[in-house]
Amino acid sequence: MIDYEKILNIPPYAYDKKEKEAFLTEILKDLTKHHYQNCSQYKGILDALNFNSEAGIRSYQDIPFLPVSLFKKLELKSIKDEEIFKTMTSSGTTGQAVSKIYLDKETASHQQKTLVKIVSNFTGSSRMPMLIIDCPSVVKNRAMFSARGAGILGFSIFGANKTYALDDDMNLNLDAIETFLEKHQGKPILLFGFTFMIWQHFYKELKKQNKKIDLSQGILIHGGGWKKLQNESVNPQAFKDALRDVSFIKKIYDYYGMVEQTGCVYMECEEGHLHASIFSDILTRRSIDFTPCDIGETGIIEVVSILPKSYPGHVLLTEDEGVILGEDDCPCGRSGKYFKIHGRLKNAEIRGCSDTYGPQK
Amino acid sequence: MDRKNNEADLEEIKYYIGTKKTLEEMPKLKAFQPFAAEVISYLNALSKELLRNKKAKVYPDVVTFGFWCRKAAMEELKKDYTDKIEHRYGRGIAFHIAPSNVPVNFAYSMVAGLLAGNANIGRLPSKEYEQVDLIIEAMERTLGNPKYENLRPYFCLIKYGHSEKITEYLSALCDTRIIWGGNQTIETIRRAALKPRAIEVTFADRYSMAIINADQYLEAMDKEKIARGFYNDTYLTDQNACTSPRIIFWMGNHINEAQEEFWKRLNTIVEKEYNLQGVQAVSKLTTLCELGATHQGVHQIITKNNLTIRVALEKIEEDLMDYRGNSGYFMECRVKNLDELLPLCKSQCQTLSYYGVDLSQIEEFLRNNRPQGIDRVVPIGKTMDFELVWDGVDLIERLTRVVKIIYDN
Repeated sequence: MIDYEKILNIPPYAYDKKEKEAFLTEILKDLTKHHYQNCSQYKGILDALNFNSEAGIRSYQDIPFLPVSLFKKLELKSIKDEEIFKTMTSSGTTGQAVSKIYLDKETASHQQKTLVKIVSNFTGSSRMPMLIIDCPSVVKNRAMFSARGAGILGFSIFGANKTYALDDDMNLNLDAIETFLEKHQGKPILLFGFTFMIWQHFYKELKKQNKKIDLSQGILIHGGGWKKLQNESVNPQAFKDALRDVSFIKKIYDYYGMVEQTGCVYMECEEGHLHASIFSDILTRRSIDFTPCDIGETGIIEVVSILPKSYPGHVLLTEDEGVILGEDDCPCGRSGKYFKIHGRLKNAEIRGCSDTYGPQK
Repeated sequence: MDRKNNEADLEEIKYYIGTKKTLEEMPKLKAFQPFAAEVISYLNALSKELLRNKKAKVYPDVVTFGFWCRKAAMEELKKDYTDKIEHRYGRGIAFHIAPSNVPVNFAYSMVAGLLAGNANIGRLPSKEYEQVDLIIEAMERTLGNPKYENLRPYFCLIKYGHSEKITEYLSALCDTRIIWGGNQTIETIRRAALKPRAIEVTFADRYSMAIINADQYLEAMDKEKIARGFYNDTYLTDQNACTSPRIIFWMGNHINEAQEEFWKRLNTIVEKEYNLQGVQAVSKLTTLCELGATHQGVHQIITKNNLTIRVALEKIEEDLMDYRGNSGYFMECRVKNLDELLPLCKSQCQTLSYYGVDLSQIEEFLRNNRPQGIDRVVPIGKTMDFELVWDGVDLIERLTRVVKIIYDN
């Protein structure tokens, strides 16, 4: 079967298009077979989609993709219940269904290792003092992880002396921040948080209090999407500019990722492009027939990852829209595809005699 | 309820026809008898007004409504009731709550209320539609004719937001409340009490099905018309109306040929006229995957693209409609006899549309099995046509009261 120990030691941006295609196709084929044999619901889905056998797969592009929302509706796993090590959930708002992702020890550990490989390519491999721009309570229940908690715990591995910048009521804890900064003055520090939280509870609060702090030695990694900030008309550049204004921080990296494929994050490079590592890939597909888009053509984002072994989430169709900007030729020097996410697919106004009062999705 | 607050809440009502005073005076109005001559005459004038309006011509739903209101059409409808209406009178005030996303539904409901002899309060869809504006304009202009001035107090068309207070006020005012729209709407509106003698008519979430005899279809001369009719039944409302078929049953010997022909012709129209958005494509795939994950014998039939998703089923299971899709998502199953449909003929099942199937066979099936569902059996292409008997409810009967007179011989 798949030799993850060996694979995860390959540098994350080492392969060009041709090498990566062969590499991913072989592993994803094996995973397809594995899930087909071990998850009866996955088998049912593939049978319904007339998928005959993995022998016919010439490229990983040919593998059927599962819509991510299936993980909200079905309990998809390729392990026995007693092998579940932890269950991760997406951070849906109250009342909404959440994705449930079942991990065994092996898959959980591969996720952590992969995350380290990818992120340290941007931050360097030594641990840094870490300021988490969130509240401590978000990671308390370790058996049932929300995406937020999982993200924080995942990225915590890069940090030492972890300090939370917010208290449990989401207020800015300036005392804690200042003590932390004094203690690590002049040293590089790592900051991590969710894009909207950083904006709402960190930046806006500093701005309101007319307070500036010195994070010139900091590296900020943030993710979670731009949906809420788009509503406030804040684009990535405005976000960076605003943060620089209150904290003098230079290195800011966005990332794209989802709880359904934890570990395989897509980091933003120095050029402002999101990058696929060799452990995963991005495809864009056309709404009309799901054929792959050309480079530069906007489509529905498909994500593939070699990590999901305990659950059949290795090939997923997201509800996001985006565009592949290029492959193997980003000026930052990293191989692989680089892309941009436009945001969630636009919600269609479905006609029909539905609710007068129904919630407007 | 605090009277002052109440007044303030009612200020939020926006009047499109009528005023606050119209509402207040309504309880004093005399009800008409069903199909009253002045009502039919008014509707005929309304019909002329609509059909003459150039702006209305681009909206087939408005034109259809206009045709439906013609005197000749009304007289035809009246025939079904000739023996039943002599001692019937409108119940009083009918309060219609229209669905937010079928523009002309409010108009049909209002007209049914009028035909039955009631004064009518119509809550219009919250969304803006030009169709709604056109119909209101035409109603208003027709009421402006001195000939119909006496009908004006019977019309009150309004809009309001999510105000429980207003719903409570109007519910306490009416004699019949008619709720169109999903289960959630019904649940919300039902929190507002009605008068002790008032009644309610609800049109809840339903699903519908279609049945085609393949051999008859292959012989049909009007396949274009069938395709157009089926398109109107489904894609025109994103296949999300209660009346839109979600599953097609095929009977006969040459099913493969018939299916190929049927879908090919439909596709020609869909490609030209239907605009599929990304979310819809993803949602259809999701529905298919969910069905596949939970049911045996499910196979997608390959189509040219995502505009139409076809799913072949080997057997009909009771819970299939929990996995129904919209925006061009069709389950298909071959059946030898109608009894095989039974697992889906539950109370939620509304319309069975048909092509080439012997009606007496369907009637026999209904009589023999007495299923809780299937309230309408109509030809393909006619599922959306409004009728005074809807969802198993005869609106004229329901919106009237009968005076029982016993003669002393």
